[in-house]
Amino acid sequence: MENQSTYWQENLRVIKICLVIWFVVSFGFGLILVEPLNAIRLGGYKLGFWFAQQGSIYTFLALIFWYGKKMNDLDKKYDVENS
Amino acid sequence: MDELKIYTYIAVFGTFGLYFAIAIWARAGSTADFYAAGGGVTPFQNGMAIGADWMSAASFISMAGLIAFLGYGGSVFLMGWTGGYVLLAMCLAPYMRKHGKFTVPEFIGDRFYSRTARIVTIVCLIVASVTYIIGQMKGVGVAFSRFLEVEYDTGLYIGMAVVFVYAVLGGMKGITYTQIAQYIVLITAYTIPAIFISFQLTGNPIPQLGLGSTLADGSGVYLLDKLDMVVTDLGFKEYTTATLGSSLNMFAYTLSLMIGTAGLPHVIMRFFTVPSVQAARSSAGYALVFIALLYTVAPAVGAMARFNLMNTIEPAPGQNLEYEQRPQWFKDWERTGLLAFEDKNGDGKIQYTADKATNEMVKVDRDIMVLANPSIANLPNWVIALVAAGGLAAALSTAAGLLLAISSSISHDLMKGILTPDMSEKSELMWGRIVMSISILFAGYLGLNPPGFAAGTVALAFGLAASSIFPALMMGIFSRTMNDKGAIAGMCAGLGVTMLYVFQHKGIMFIPGTSFLGGLDANWFLGISPNAFGAVGAIVNFAVAFIVLKSTAPAPKEIADMVDNFRSPHGEIAAAHDH
Repeated sequence: MENQSTYWQENLRVIKICLVIWFVVSFGFGLILVEPLNAIRLGGYKLGFWFAQQGSIYTFLALIFWYGKKMNDLDKKYDVENS
Repeated sequence: MDELKIYTYIAVFGTFGLYFAIAIWARAGSTADFYAAGGGVTPFQNGMAIGADWMSAASFISMAGLIAFLGYGGSVFLMGWTGGYVLLAMCLAPYMRKHGKFTVPEFIGDRFYSRTARIVTIVCLIVASVTYIIGQMKGVGVAFSRFLEVEYDTGLYIGMAVVFVYAVLGGMKGITYTQIAQYIVLITAYTIPAIFISFQLTGNPIPQLGLGSTLADGSGVYLLDKLDMVVTDLGFKEYTTATLGSSLNMFAYTLSLMIGTAGLPHVIMRFFTVPSVQAARSSAGYALVFIALLYTVAPAVGAMARFNLMNTIEPAPGQNLEYEQRPQWFKDWERTGLLAFEDKNGDGKIQYTADKATNEMVKVDRDIMVLANPSIANLPNWVIALVAAGGLAAALSTAAGLLLAISSSISHDLMKGILTPDMSEKSELMWGRIVMSISILFAGYLGLNPPGFAAGTVALAFGLAASSIFPALMMGIFSRTMNDKGAIAGMCAGLGVTMLYVFQHKGIMFIPGTSFLGGLDANWFLGISPNAFGAVGAIVNFAVAFIVLKSTAPAPKEIADMVDNFRSPHGEIAAAHDH
């Protein structure tokens, strides 16, 4: 029972990290900070525009796979894998 | 019959034959097969199926067209319709899979130990899914009528018959395997023209890179810079900075689409088909890989379509296209009424500007951009035929997933769960098929006689999911104490506020003339458009639920134990959903 609640706390911590990044790349870089970022160029892309139409999606992908990997490690550590 | 038509027949009926063959091979034998494909779909396969399920006629046909005309403002769809998968993967799918039931209303009913909560969810689910399905049926009709030159009605009947065969026979099992095939068809159909066009314009065959490259005409100018220049010269807003309303509106719009995506029952249902909690997490990842393949290409398709369109009409400043010399695709789309020209100054040339008084392209329907794109770029006929098959695959696969969500919520949740709990598995399966057949007829009827609100349906579906279902699921998982009263009050409040806002601006049930505040931007709350209001509804939902919780008793201990149990992957997982 003790183990289970620390497992959940660790899960929440991982989720928090992911959601902060999720928020920063989409709402942060893609919307709120788009104008200052647009001053920077990435090839033909303005950087803010790139985050809104490309970069945020790539980051979402990386986040989901990183979360999956992190949680599989936690499952092993707390021995809660389901059969 | 011309070459294009022959290719189109081969592509469309060839893919239909494939879907039938799969349906016969993967027939459902049990309710577990019918609702959840027996829980034996691998994450990779499930990812593809979710991709096809998710990407509807709207994603395939409409989205790139919207981006083409909205520019940067179109980003809300790109981020909104992908960001929800992050929430699904981390906050919803693993725990709901562990709990091990068939449907979303069942999960909510269990967690909030309340039949009322389950019924509220069923109502939301049915309204959201039915409104969503009308758009798919219309997509099928339009694709048929344009490409095979049959009547819209005939196209719709063919579409209904195809869905009937594989969805009713196969259930989730048949649908899942058919959707895998449909995903492959639709992604091929979407990317091949994009690769061609990107290569033509920039010399780079990868559309995601082509969009950020210089033009291949030797000028050394970046494609996006040139596009910005061309559109601003004609008085349009600059492509890469044009916003969709205020910043707050774009913020709320993106958030509404994200949490709406995470709360749409036909998507969540797919996570019940995988064998384990770990598989549910990776399913979401694979799903987003397959979705991102289309969603990162779409901005390139949109920008390049706009570029080609502007260039066709005005190849160089002042050298406007003579109307008499317009290309074949222009004539084809004029016939459908989706493209219209009016020679206002009588010079026989086409002027396309942002100024309503002098603009002569009086109608350019956004939905034609993806379908017309290959012809605008002079691509070979087989590519155009492929796009027709892809559009149909996108519409049919989503329609099938929605039908399954509707039929399961009626036959499983309403009939078996609430009205006649002693129903045998065999008769439940039979009722599942009967309900699905009725749903197809109903959806077909709505496709033939689209209610006036077809255009507003997306707002309604996402608004419902975002303001009612998503918050209830989040509180059910992340709070051990949230009780039945709080959840029900929250759902009703969130739903009520959102519906009220949509109706007061777009009309009650979208009937023209009944909108008491009018669709005017000036009356929007903080400048938030009705389509973006789901996020506000969700906030209201959370707030009301916690206020009610404060003054009522928290959820009983056995519910808290249930929450602890589904938070951990450890232990029994209801494998094939035995009851």
